[in-house]
Amino acid sequence: MAAINRDDVAHLAQLAHIEMNDEELDRMATELAVIVDSVKSVSEAAGADVPATSHPIPLTNVMREDVVGHVLTVEEALSGAPDAADGRFKVPAILEES
Amino acid sequence: MSASELIRSSAASMAAKLAAGEVTSVELVQAHLDRIAEVDGGERGVHAFLHVNAEEALAVAADVDARRAAGEELHELAGVPIAIKDLIVTKGQPTTAGSKILEGWMSPYDATVIKKIRAARMPMLGKTNLDEFAMGSSTEHSAYGPTRNPWDLDRIPGGSGGGSAAAVAAFEAPLALGTDTGGSIRQPGAVTGTVGVKPTYGAVSRYGAIAMASSLDQIGPVSRTVLDSALLQEVIGGHDPFDSTSLTDPSTGLADAARIGNVKGMKIGVIKELHGEGFQPGVENRFNESLELLRNAGAEIVEVSCPNFGYALGAYYLIMPSEASSNLAKFDGVRFGSRTLPAEGPLTIERVMGATRAAGFGDEVKRRIILGTYALSAGYYDAYYGSAQKVRTLIQRDFDAAFAQADVLISPTSPVTAFKLGEKLDDPLAMYLNDIATIPANMAGVPGLTLPGGLADEDGLPVGIQFLAPAREDARLYRVGAVLESLLEEQWGGPVLDKAPALASTAAKEAN
Amino acid sequence: MSVDTILSFEEAMEKYDPVLGFEVHVELNTKTKMFSSAPNVFGDEPNSNVNEVCLGLPGVLPVVNKKAVESSILIGLALNCKIAEHCTFARKQYFYPDTPKNFQTSQYEDPICYDGWIDIELEDGTVFRVEIERAHMEEDAGKLTHMGGATGRIQGADFSLVDYNRSGVPLVEIVTKPIEGAGSRAPELAKAYVAAIREIVKNLGVSDAKMERGNVRCDANVSLRPYGQEKFGTRTETKNVNSLRAVENAVKFEIQRHAAVLDSGVLITQETRHWHEDTKSTTSGRPKSDADDYRYFPEPDLVPIVTSAAWVEELRATLPEPPAERRKRLQADWGYSDLEFRDVVNAGLMDQIEETVAAGATAAAARKWWMGEIARRAKLADVDPAELGVTPAVVVEIEKLIAAGSINDKLARKVLDGVLEGEGTPAEVVAKRGLAVVSDDGALQTAIDEALAAQPDVADKIRGGKVQAVGAIVGGVMKVTRGQADAARVRELILKTLGVEG
Ligand SMILES: [Mg+2]
Ligand SMILES: [Zn+2]
Repeated sequence: MAAINRDDVAHLAQLAHIEMNDEELDRMATELAVIVDSVKSVSEAAGADVPATSHPIPLTNVMREDVVGHVLTVEEALSGAPDAADGRFKVPAILEES
Repeated sequence: MSASELIRSSAASMAAKLAAGEVTSVELVQAHLDRIAEVDGGERGVHAFLHVNAEEALAVAADVDARRAAGEELHELAGVPIAIKDLIVTKGQPTTAGSKILEGWMSPYDATVIKKIRAARMPMLGKTNLDEFAMGSSTEHSAYGPTRNPWDLDRIPGGSGGGSAAAVAAFEAPLALGTDTGGSIRQPGAVTGTVGVKPTYGAVSRYGAIAMASSLDQIGPVSRTVLDSALLQEVIGGHDPFDSTSLTDPSTGLADAARIGNVKGMKIGVIKELHGEGFQPGVENRFNESLELLRNAGAEIVEVSCPNFGYALGAYYLIMPSEASSNLAKFDGVRFGSRTLPAEGPLTIERVMGATRAAGFGDEVKRRIILGTYALSAGYYDAYYGSAQKVRTLIQRDFDAAFAQADVLISPTSPVTAFKLGEKLDDPLAMYLNDIATIPANMAGVPGLTLPGGLADEDGLPVGIQFLAPAREDARLYRVGAVLESLLEEQWGGPVLDKAPALASTAAKEAN
Repeated sequence: MSVDTILSFEEAMEKYDPVLGFEVHVELNTKTKMFSSAPNVFGDEPNSNVNEVCLGLPGVLPVVNKKAVESSILIGLALNCKIAEHCTFARKQYFYPDTPKNFQTSQYEDPICYDGWIDIELEDGTVFRVEIERAHMEEDAGKLTHMGGATGRIQGADFSLVDYNRSGVPLVEIVTKPIEGAGSRAPELAKAYVAAIREIVKNLGVSDAKMERGNVRCDANVSLRPYGQEKFGTRTETKNVNSLRAVENAVKFEIQRHAAVLDSGVLITQETRHWHEDTKSTTSGRPKSDADDYRYFPEPDLVPIVTSAAWVEELRATLPEPPAERRKRLQADWGYSDLEFRDVVNAGLMDQIEETVAAGATAAAARKWWMGEIARRAKLADVDPAELGVTPAVVVEIEKLIAAGSINDKLARKVLDGVLEGEGTPAEVVAKRGLAVVSDDGALQTAIDEALAAQPDVADKIRGGKVQAVGAIVGGVMKVTRGQADAARVRELILKTLGVEG
């Protein structure tokens, strides 16, 4: 496993949609390198024959009947929105003006 | 009984006094609101609460009193107040998760546990402080300032649920709700001298608890006595069709188990890997003392080994941030919460999301999101997330083997007592080590309870004793926990919190 | 926006061998959403069919809709797929404002249906087998409306508005294996494949299957390679091809565009393309910054689905008559010739005719309207006849008005105009436009008297026994009444006026 570097962090920050300045990227890269180093032994802990566990208590087929339940009113739905118009959530332009 | 004596009672005895008509719920709620006003605010206040819900709590209390006067059959805990960790959504009160990104947000729906609290007619005193999105072991990562440990105001109350633990330890509430992803109920319990339980995964609905790591999170009770936690888990537990991971057959008879009062013939396994090296001497001493008391009470103490627990912390710090990075993606300033515009440049949604998350999340949250994004990213998944899920299997196998030899397992809850505020803030790894003994239970989904084991010799601060039981056997925790609690209190001549220093009033300072 | 150079289709076909692939998203018509109990309803007031789950508010958890799972299995069975004994959900992570959690809950490594096939019959009867890679369950996104720009398009918009009513609607994504050997029939096959999927899901009753509403949406993958080469060329994925004609046209356009690019010695960029119905061309889509890394991982809030043989067989037993068999039956019921029936199928109007007949029209009348006037107008408007906006109910109502003598065939066409212009139901159009046949004998008599007075010589001829000359007077009356008279009744009245036996 390669050590995590500043460019990696920049890419990850982009994937995670968190704007970071140069100082933050540097600091995060240093911190993450230490953390990643401390957890990397995990990859050698279990052999190929060990199955993965994603749920601590295994359950299957938890399903709901197709029956309409509660809805929020439009007002409730929009109540926490930073910006709204016309009964809808308002967001800035998706594309940059070219 | 004076108000100051009243608030020091257990929830069970408050309930008994309410039932006997010795006190009204309004008096009980008011006594707690007064205590909150007295010790929670100001520079040197405990700062357990982010929001105090006085009006609604008093209204619920008055309603309970009226119903009781009318002879209505009420829930055992009706009228007993409770504090809610601010990670759990509540209608009518803000929910912040300790984060700037949710400042001022009001949930339009109630968490399932809140519906149950309302159904039991327990007045909610307010929302308690926590590390932002429950990420931390000291409550210092709250965007709204840290909570102080009532035992020493310069020390941390543990985390992430430091607010709930401190509120209960400071007699600001007899009961509180916490959430535990890697120890966030139990470690604060340990360092504040209180009781806390992480139930079996799925025993309490997660619906409405703002998710950190879905496969690890669990809501649980925080209290001053083992019986009180049992009573509270009975209120909040049970199957919930809104949570696909909710058990249809969770443990029952919890309060009864706490009342049994003996451990004769019970096999208690000491986890070899979870004491000794790395554990503070005072912690180790109190732990050994508890073992001796249990042995004298007729329990059989055996040693068990869980060799893969050594990988638990590493695996936890891959699974938890991975799931957290995904669960926290929704905080983008579109549907709820705050929105921050970029300081310069074009105003596109992508950049607004980036600026919103940059301004809204604190450092620890960002660290975990980036770490989780890394662990899930192409080319690293198998080595990180995939391997960590395998370690989970190994930890479960360790528990299976251990529970083949013992009915319950025992360890110190936290390797150290409460440390000083700021001491580990710049050292994430040192902070993470606080959860070394609590994490395995979350990884395997098994229940865990912490209760006060006394005070460490070197610093006079509380030490926590943790019991672990097999999945769905939460009742065993309450049974053994209540026995150890009574043995210890017999020895001390009263609850450990009687030894805590009295808190000076901060109310006057606040008024200035 | 630069215009791409394209090669003629014939030339492209001479040089290159196309390989196709399709991802078709089918919206299920369950009563509730995939993971929440909020209603799955099209067209309501924005954000009125949401609850905290489909809005992705903090603290919410998903719960799987059993009916959606069963519908997915039915689709798999109809596509001759294997049904997974054990499957899970996964999170596909990317930030986009129409995706409330900023991840889509989907399936990744273990789709519920896999390894199937479907035989596609082309217009001339050639049967082409398309292999199905997988059909998996997932959830739809909300709907973005781009504001402030001139075109309503994302380009140039100042801001966008989001309606999450569609968020969480259950989807089944059907993915084909690469389709080789279609040659110059590729565009036709593309259209026929999507038509077949649409027909199957509609026939199963699991989807409303209305392409114009986005119930069935196709992403078409196209790549070219020189003949004889085994390795596939670089593919493009064209999104937003939401009508059968568009699927055909988009595949054809991409083949032509790829051929021109390859001819010029340039490599094809692997990218998403957007189909534009107005210009009949594709443009390069915005490369999503997350597209290279969706960070899939098992959805921790959902547990696996295990399908027992008993459950699958129970569902298999409910499968309706397959479309091919249904076609045979309908042709027999309607009494259409092979040619007539094939034309109906090719026009994509079988469902419309079936619904029209079910609503009370004769098979002949239904065919007359759909294959005649409606098809003709659709061609002019350059849309599929089924998407023109005429419903079976409109056809039945027009037929009833004709049968009642309220309108004639000529007026019926004007009624259709009115309906298409949004003037209401046929009866409303008749009323608004005053299109009813003039049946008031008094009004007709005045017109007849005037016509006879205007052409006295013709009147005389008729009186003299030349009854066939009555046509000229009828014509005059029809002109005066702007065609709104019943010609037979006019003739009768003229003869009566002149005292002549018809
Ligand atoms: Mg796709
Ligand atoms: Zn899809």
